[in-house]
Amino acid sequence: MSDRQQTYAKTLAMIAPFNKKGVAITEATRFAQDLEWDSLTVLDFVATVEDEFDVLISMNLQAEIETVGQLVDALERLKA
Amino acid sequence: MSDLFAKFDPVIEIREQLLATGRTDPFNLVMEKVESPTVAICNGKRTILLGTYNYMGMTFDPDVIAAGKKALDEFGSGTTGSRVLNGTYVGHRACEEALKDFYAMDHAMVFSTGYQANLGIISTLAGKDDYIVLDIDSHASIYDGCALGNAQIVPFRHNDIDALEKRLKRIPEGAGKLVVLEGVYSMLGDIAPLKEMVAVSKANGAMVLVDEAHSMGFIGEHGRGVAEAQGIIDDVDFIIGTFSKSVGTVGGFCVSNHPKFEILRLVCRPYVFTASLPPSVVATAATSIRKLANSADKRAHLWENSKRLHAGLRQLGFTLGTDEPQSAIIAVIMPDLETGAAMWEALLNEGLYVNLARPPATPANMTLLRCSLCALHSADQVGEILAMFAAAGRATGCID
Repeated sequence: MSDRQQTYAKTLAMIAPFNKKGVAITEATRFAQDLEWDSLTVLDFVATVEDEFDVLISMNLQAEIETVGQLVDALERLKA
Repeated sequence: MSDLFAKFDPVIEIREQLLATGRTDPFNLVMEKVESPTVAICNGKRTILLGTYNYMGMTFDPDVIAAGKKALDEFGSGTTGSRVLNGTYVGHRACEEALKDFYAMDHAMVFSTGYQANLGIISTLAGKDDYIVLDIDSHASIYDGCALGNAQIVPFRHNDIDALEKRLKRIPEGAGKLVVLEGVYSMLGDIAPLKEMVAVSKANGAMVLVDEAHSMGFIGEHGRGVAEAQGIIDDVDFIIGTFSKSVGTVGGFCVSNHPKFEILRLVCRPYVFTASLPPSVVATAATSIRKLANSADKRAHLWENSKRLHAGLRQLGFTLGTDEPQSAIIAVIMPDLETGAAMWEALLNEGLYVNLARPPATPANMTLLRCSLCALHSADQVGEILAMFAAAGRATGCID
């Protein structure tokens, strides 16, 4: 697996416990509209991702991340 | 033409649903007469006020009123100008002197509202490439201060010391850091572990701003707030406060010991580009602040009120925001907005006003009946309040 594929796999695993509605996840899945996460769920999920990758995802950056694929791309940039 | 109001349709719908139940609109109450800090006439009915943040009951203090009247006579109804142009009168300076004495700090800057104090200080202090680390449950004025500036915004879970520390450690080397905390969080009335949080912030090279809006005048030996009560006020770089709670008028401020603090008067846009407070307002504020410094007896009585209401409501079977009373705010947690609105209306019919707080202002989408006590609530009034909660709670099925 490439680095990006690994990051995607890890991201999917981290989404699972928060995916209460059992939505099928693809790179195009949108956090707000498709997963219907509220602000507290987003905070908890972001904290989980931040801890896993030891990065900081500011609210400014969160505002630019709409889909799962965009999160994976952002994580690849933050890790670099 | 697209209707720019379309984005408000979900809010309109929730509101219409609520009003369709026949409930009194909880966000449209008119105070017809105000008799004292604790009693007003609403819908022609004598109503005990339990949702005004008038913690120390200074709004009708004779010295405060006299100072306001004198300033109105001598300096007119308004300044019609910015603090940095024609809007600084001797009263504004006197008010800042009163704040410096009250907090024992070197600098004080008075804004036209508490909202503008947070807006101005936060947006001005943290610039591009700086980081603001803030509690997720921060007040709207703190978030708006973040939005007005260009800094990177990093929230952490409410009152979670480890979460704060982790985020501070991940901020790039050399970046400016501002940690924004509140002494009392106004929705649930809980206090912050400031001692630990300020220590963690300092250890990681951050400056710390604490909003003490809901603790001034009441918490701490001299009423300086939670930072004073926890013994770390000297480690706090900036304290933000308001005149619209314990002080009993309107206005906001920031106090600090930073040697370069005064430059903010020239670079802080929400300070510069607005008219200063009217002379009567700063005169009432200064008089009130000086009296608050010596109000230990009132502070003790307010604690008594808070403890008694908390214990009484719990005994009646209500679910409260905190296990122990931590401030002058007691939040009663309602199961949903509809029940909350019914209970709010039942209380009003009994003759009691509390705040109905609902999402998005509340944490975790809670509906709250927020009670804020006053040092001038008598023991009899607290008894009346508990009786009204009992009656309204039973009528609406909130309690057995």
